[in-house]
Amino acid sequence: MAFNYDEYLRVNKMPTLWCWGCGDGVILKAFVRAIDKLGINKDDLCVVSGIGCSGRFGSYIDANTVHTTHGRTIAFATGIKLANPDKTVVCVAGDGDALAIGGNHTIHGCRRNIDITLILINNFIYGLTNSQTSPTTPRGFWTVSQKAGNIDPTFDGCKLAEAAGASFVARETVNSPKKMEKVIREGIAHKGFSFVEINSNCHINLGRKNKMQNAMENLDWIDSITMPKKKWDELPEEEKMNYLPTGILKQDKEALEYCEAYQMVKDAHQGKRGKITQDDFEKKI
Amino acid sequence: MSELREVISSGNDLAARAAVDAGCMFFGGYPLTPSSEIMHTISDLLPKVGGAAIQMEDEIGGVAAAIGAGMSGVRTLTATSGPGISLKAENLGLAQMCEVPLVVINVMRGGPSTGLPTRVSQGDIAQAKNPSHGDYKSITLCAGTLAECYTETVRAFNLADRFMQPVFVLLDETLGHMHAKAEIPTAETVKKGIVPRKKYEGKPEDYRPYDVAQDEPALLAPMFQGYRYNFTGLHHDADGFPTEEIETCRKLIDRLFRKVEEHKEEIESNEEYMLDDAEILLIGYGSASLAIKEAVNSLREEGIKVGLFRPITLWPSPEKRLYELGQKFDKVLSVELNQGQYLEEIQRAMGRKDIEKLTKTNGRPFSPADIINKVKEVF
Repeated sequence: MAFNYDEYLRVNKMPTLWCWGCGDGVILKAFVRAIDKLGINKDDLCVVSGIGCSGRFGSYIDANTVHTTHGRTIAFATGIKLANPDKTVVCVAGDGDALAIGGNHTIHGCRRNIDITLILINNFIYGLTNSQTSPTTPRGFWTVSQKAGNIDPTFDGCKLAEAAGASFVARETVNSPKKMEKVIREGIAHKGFSFVEINSNCHINLGRKNKMQNAMENLDWIDSITMPKKKWDELPEEEKMNYLPTGILKQDKEALEYCEAYQMVKDAHQGKRGKITQDDFEKKI
Repeated sequence: MSELREVISSGNDLAARAAVDAGCMFFGGYPLTPSSEIMHTISDLLPKVGGAAIQMEDEIGGVAAAIGAGMSGVRTLTATSGPGISLKAENLGLAQMCEVPLVVINVMRGGPSTGLPTRVSQGDIAQAKNPSHGDYKSITLCAGTLAECYTETVRAFNLADRFMQPVFVLLDETLGHMHAKAEIPTAETVKKGIVPRKKYEGKPEDYRPYDVAQDEPALLAPMFQGYRYNFTGLHHDADGFPTEEIETCRKLIDRLFRKVEEHKEEIESNEEYMLDDAEILLIGYGSASLAIKEAVNSLREEGIKVGLFRPITLWPSPEKRLYELGQKFDKVLSVELNQGQYLEEIQRAMGRKDIEKLTKTNGRPFSPADIINKVKEVF
């Protein structure tokens, strides 16, 4: 029997506002399948999004959904999760949302290792607002704010997340819906902060002046810049910077999750344990 | 009559205790002088009662986490000072638009900018009226005594749930750091007086959170209880889903105004001190009123009949009462620790401009002598 997406979607609010051929819809389907496979009740799920095309992601899902201000998804989600530690909280943000204006919250969400999954839809551009440079726009690309060609260095969100302390880091692309579904599923199942970057196409606002005017050309480009981590590991060092590794890049199942850590605080204040000391943690500094 | 207890405490400490006694279960904030003691106290108190307090990475994160918790259904607080309100402003607008109850304590210090971090001011009165862009109606309470740091915080939580929006409590550096004896209601009395947000009683399939009467707030069910809906800062329909439909947009903003405007009497609170036989009217609020009362007492000993009108709810303003007082008194003096931010509202409400003003913006509180001298000089 075909999978019933309608069960998880607000079908009466469709069609979506996304452009024809946009990867966001592919990600939405993968997300819904992941939720279904995990057996998460819609009532126990909260999806928090920010501003941009990805900001509308949550509003199409039949769950508890929150469309917040630009860049603040993780901060809102932190309040929701800490007040409701037994519920599933997922953030959806774009590259501008999570890596530019909201970079601080991304860093500190990772650092706290709070049990939130961030699905970062990276389409390498500000799509909704017509092609301004984002922190992941490759140098030399045309953008509407840098028409002579972008000179701003890019940064790798997955490396940032790893360094900041996320205990699950993965990357996939909209070219591989099955793999994408798997990393989203594993990210949500993982206890701790899960950073899941999905490379997606924006042939309309990234592709239009960068020789990728249709979705297929944009998807081919994504294929050309990504490869499975195993293969990427074998590349000569000088070539690694031109490819983004895919798959699960980090998973630390032992890292202390923030809500569990906060339980220690509650227990200490309620006299159920002594004060928290350095002996409670393996990492001392 | 509520049962009282006597405590020795500071304004900041009392505000934090009031929050927890009023059922607050979440605090999100960031250190900012002179408000930080609120976070210090509440981060001890909340985990004791099963709640949570978190110091976020910045002011924006602090208010966002607090609003997030509020969206999920719990009573929630953030506290800061003027610079923090400036940073939180955008998300306060989101809470107005989504109609999320939240209490925001601003312990005012000298501004603008970094200003005078450890000194007193009442410079954020105008900011409290419209901290964020766009149209909405703020509710702002202003504590004038140590005890009111407690009682007004309690009242703010009940008003936030009644009107489903952020409610400001203004303290200032003087009150926040004042350490003295205060008589406050017992925790049991406060608990008995809690009026939680309205509950939806119908079937989940009929539930539409923003489909309410034009003078009523949204009816937001807590998350995770079977009423799945959408929050958005965009204009939204009855389900909370984004829309640009003309009539829906008009009605939404109209309702954000009317839910407050048409029920102002539930929010208004004033004190009138020695007004009955007075010939001179002094108007002041917050910690400034402590010096004003001293001045009123001294002037009366000299036979000068002065009285004080003190709005405790600053926004919406007590415009009807101000108008009446403006008709009754020829001689009116407004006293504020700013350049006259509330004076403009007094003039508007009274419909007259001939109001004397005493202002001070050097970070120091008024002394009674400042006020006594001014009264003698102008009247």
